[in-house]
Amino acid sequence: MKKMMLSTVALGALAGAAIADEVRVYNWSDYIDEDLLTKFEEETGIDLIYDVYDSNEVLETKMLAGGSGYDVVVPSNDFLQRQISAGVYQKLDASKLPNKVNMWDTIEARTSAFDPDNAYSINYMWGTTGIGANVLKVEEFLGPDTPLDSLDLIFNPENMEKLQDCGVHFLDAPTEMIPAALQYIGQDPNSQDPDVLAMAEPILAGVAPYVQKFHSSEYINALANGDICVAFGFSGDILQARDRAAEAENGVEIVYNPVSEGSLMWFDQMAIPADAPNVDNAHAFLNFMMDAQNMAAASNYVYYANGNLASQEFLVEDVIGDPAIYPNGATLEKLYTKSPYPAKVQRTVTRMWTKIKSGT
Amino acid sequence: MKRAFLIAVPYVWLLALFLIPFAVVFKISLSDIELAIPPYTPTMKDGLWTMLSQLDFENFIFLTQDDLYWKAYLSSLQIALISTVLTLMVGYPMAYAMARAPEQWRPTLLMLVILPFWTSFLIRVYAWIGILSNEGFLNQFLLWIGIIDTPLTVLNTNTAVYIGIVYTYLPFMILPIYSALDRLDGSLIEAAEDLGCSRLKAFWLVTIPLSKNGIIAGCFLVFIPALGEFVIPSLLGGSGTLMIGKVLFEEFFSNRDWPVASAVAVILLLILIVPIVLFQRNEQKQAEAEK
Repeated sequence: MKKMMLSTVALGALAGAAIADEVRVYNWSDYIDEDLLTKFEEETGIDLIYDVYDSNEVLETKMLAGGSGYDVVVPSNDFLQRQISAGVYQKLDASKLPNKVNMWDTIEARTSAFDPDNAYSINYMWGTTGIGANVLKVEEFLGPDTPLDSLDLIFNPENMEKLQDCGVHFLDAPTEMIPAALQYIGQDPNSQDPDVLAMAEPILAGVAPYVQKFHSSEYINALANGDICVAFGFSGDILQARDRAAEAENGVEIVYNPVSEGSLMWFDQMAIPADAPNVDNAHAFLNFMMDAQNMAAASNYVYYANGNLASQEFLVEDVIGDPAIYPNGATLEKLYTKSPYPAKVQRTVTRMWTKIKSGT
Repeated sequence: MKRAFLIAVPYVWLLALFLIPFAVVFKISLSDIELAIPPYTPTMKDGLWTMLSQLDFENFIFLTQDDLYWKAYLSSLQIALISTVLTLMVGYPMAYAMARAPEQWRPTLLMLVILPFWTSFLIRVYAWIGILSNEGFLNQFLLWIGIIDTPLTVLNTNTAVYIGIVYTYLPFMILPIYSALDRLDGSLIEAAEDLGCSRLKAFWLVTIPLSKNGIIAGCFLVFIPALGEFVIPSLLGGSGTLMIGKVLFEEFFSNRDWPVASAVAVILLLILIVPIVLFQRNEQKQAEAEK
């Protein structure tokens, strides 16, 4: 399967501006059940060229440069919102998306905050940002009954000082860490006011010396191998670390918890670039993915929640029954979303982040 | 005709691969950030004259207002200089030993130096994570032989960055020095020794000066890429490792500010080009004076 995919990608690159009946999809790495790709080609007769990226920034740079040649891309919510205003995407044609009835209104209500009426995008997966912990090690360093779901664990310097030898990783993403720090001190995590944002600096700078590494993916391995105690990261990544540790039977037990004070909720949205060469086929792909069984297959494979209500009856118990993936009502209520920062505020935030990390 | 063509080739090369891309980057550095495709304004779409009239040096002025940038340039210069000296210290003896090795061994030794290039640069740098980490081979070995009793923290520090740069760029240092030493006429050293030089003195007075060009070429080949290095500090360095390559990445990807990122790149290029041009001028003058 991998081999076939590689060759289709290579062929696609060679073909350039071919007029073949094809669709080019650009999605996050490790983010789909690959059997779905073959199934799509068999059902529709459309050649699927599937390519992957590993950061929103890389996708955004390609989108803003224009002429990427992709028909379907999957940006996260705040990136999508900014890219919509830059004119990167086209409105979806609802008449070509009969499976849209399967979508989950709870999630659509949330996503309409950054894509009004969900005119430009369809939810693919969603999740939370929270705390992954090595249960036994945290107990060893902080004593039993330490709450593993409170921001106090990672933002209280006393806790962090004790944990530093055990190892703590933070996401290298100011847009995730600053809202969390604001949440911790009871400020609006979605604030764009530079004065409010500045309040996050002393909180983060106070614990930064105890953070072993700021990185947005290394914590998966580090947690799974037992190299570190605690990571503040994305739900799916930490759950992946949990499963890897369980498979390795190395005595490492990882838990993921959304933050009890309220976690940041993120959404990866499927959208069609304004200059997509194969618009009809792009819609066919979106419609295929919104099929209840197909979407369930994707979630069952990647262990992320999706925004498709009809798919829930086909989800395995490990997914639908796990509150770390599908939070229960009260936790779901507390989750918040964040809007993108305007360019000037973004610059202040990036600068603050460099200062927090390097002291300069 | 043929001659004109031959002369034109390097100029076309320079124009297509250096001057045109540089002009594009320079133009973007004079533009303003905008939320659009492409993410800056003005562009050629506005017409050539409107475009030219809207360009300004605002972004360069901005770079002088925040101490982050010059600190990052200085820290990159420092890291690049120190690693170049370290690479020279490791590379020279290796090149010397290779040049002194029996004739039939040399191709094999040369092969061994080039061999690492057969593996991806990224994978080789990644391998150092496995060697240097707290649970890594280095610490396990040192703990096992009893030199230390707590693991050394090497990964995510500047030391790891130096190790990474020296390791990665070592062949670029060895090869030019080797080729200079290989051509060195052995009878010159014998002559120096006959005239009363000790072996060490002969090395200082004859071998080193005659391999000067190799040393200079090697140092440039290490220093220039090390200055703008991004992969090694981001994989092996810590959050405190300040390098201009990382700043450039943040400007481009996190801030989406192509104009400021381009301004940072233009200054980086000037930092590299000005000393090299001055150095070459000086060399030429010396060469002429000797004639």
